[in-house]
Amino acid sequence: MRYMLLIYDNENLELSDSEQQAVFAEYGVFTKEVQSNGVFEAGDPLHKTETATTVRVRDGASAQTDGPFAETREQLGGYYILNCETLDEAVGYAAKIPSAKYGSIEVRPILEFD
Amino acid sequence: MNIEAVLREATPKVRARLVGEFRDFDLAEDVLQEALLKAWKNWREHGLPDYPAAWLTTVAKRQAIDILRRKQVHERALAHESASVQIFSEDVEREIDLFQDDLLKLIFVCCHPALALESQVALTLRAVVDLSLEQIARGFLLSLSAIEQRLVRAKRKIKQAGIPYEIPATREFPERLTGVLTVVYLIFNEGYTATTGPDLLDTNFCEIGIRLGRQLARLIRGHSEILGLLSLMLLQHSRAAARVDYAGDLVLLDNQDRSVWNRLLIREGCLLLDKALALKQPPGAYQVQAAIAAVHSLADSPEDTDWQEIEALYNKLVQLQPSSIVRLNRVVAVAMAQSVEAGLRELDKLSTEKSLAGFYLYHSTRGALLLRVERFVDAVQSYQVALGLAKNEREQTFLRRQIDIIQAQISEKNR
Repeated sequence: MRYMLLIYDNENLELSDSEQQAVFAEYGVFTKEVQSNGVFEAGDPLHKTETATTVRVRDGASAQTDGPFAETREQLGGYYILNCETLDEAVGYAAKIPSAKYGSIEVRPILEFD
Repeated sequence: MNIEAVLREATPKVRARLVGEFRDFDLAEDVLQEALLKAWKNWREHGLPDYPAAWLTTVAKRQAIDILRRKQVHERALAHESASVQIFSEDVEREIDLFQDDLLKLIFVCCHPALALESQVALTLRAVVDLSLEQIARGFLLSLSAIEQRLVRAKRKIKQAGIPYEIPATREFPERLTGVLTVVYLIFNEGYTATTGPDLLDTNFCEIGIRLGRQLARLIRGHSEILGLLSLMLLQHSRAAARVDYAGDLVLLDNQDRSVWNRLLIREGCLLLDKALALKQPPGAYQVQAAIAAVHSLADSPEDTDWQEIEALYNKLVQLQPSSIVRLNRVVAVAMAQSVEAGLRELDKLSTEKSLAGFYLYHSTRGALLLRVERFVDAVQSYQVALGLAKNEREQTFLRRQIDIIQAQISEKNR
């Protein structure tokens, strides 16, 4: 079953250069683990929400606005798509994502169309 | 042995096996009911089979495979058929172990943390305890459709999110077991003090909680908290007959007729607690609570209660479970072991807790202590706040009575 692991954390946390590097290194370790376990399908960090553009179409008219669709305390910072046997397995990986220590990881099954 | 009893005993095991096999609660239920009907007819004619659960399972599985074949969904079910029917005819001693495994897997599925707690409770009562939807709805004073919806959503999440039918891996086992014990104790507590409604005790839910506890103790050996929880439930339930009077109203521990406490349950509870402690695992919250209940249960009268021991146990419990409720109960122990003034001082320390401000027991505890030091006006005030917050009708009646009694005393004084 494919799961999307949505990574939410506070993007406004000021990290020093060395702290940033440490986080990247941790993510590198995690990505390598899920790749070697054969569960990795995709995964990317996202640019900060200030780079986001929200699109809505209402009554046939398309409108763009600057920023994410909602202002929240934690923002979507990245994702992984993992192919796992069970929810427990996906949750196990989610707990290893570095941001899980101070943010939240939402684990959702991908709706497949056979 | 009569057929009905055999069927009742086998049903949860067979259901667990079918759910585990086909990963579909509804399919399992349908074929199970059909198999039960067939058993009823067949066994009356031909007598009981040697392995009733295996008989039911085989019959149910055949029908399930037929249904699935017709739906053209599960090809693996076809491969399963020949393999598993063999298990039951050749390896019949293992059958008992396999069923226990299935039951355990079912329990862990129903109590999976990815499900909302109320869904865990409803699913456990339906699939493991075999209550009907009406019984569950009645137990929680909810509508039938509310329970139905809860169950439908839970089963859907199990399927869509891929919640596994597995006994959790060693690493997750302790935490998952804690989750199961929470559900069991919730069920018991719903019976111990019904949260809303006219009756204080719904004995059935207490007995169901205890039955579940016994089942877990049989299925999972060597875990002291399971024994601790079972001991706690038995000791609390031993007072059932004394907790309500002939009118169904609440009777405080101090005023209970101890001669109607169930001594057998007390004995069993204490023995289980000894067994739990003998395992020499770090003591858990249930064991400490059971120990507190045991101290009460072993006192012949309120005056014989070893409050120093209880206070010491509460100090330990607060370390394990520093919730406001535990600290509130500790206040009572301090008041009894040391002095009412000491208790009131401890209570004042808790006055800043937001969770307690809206909790009726905090205010009724305050009222009770103030009453003891004859601060009648303050006591009435606290009881009135408590009355405004209490939801159970019997408890409301009790609080109203307390207020009346104290107000009578105030009038006496002012005369």
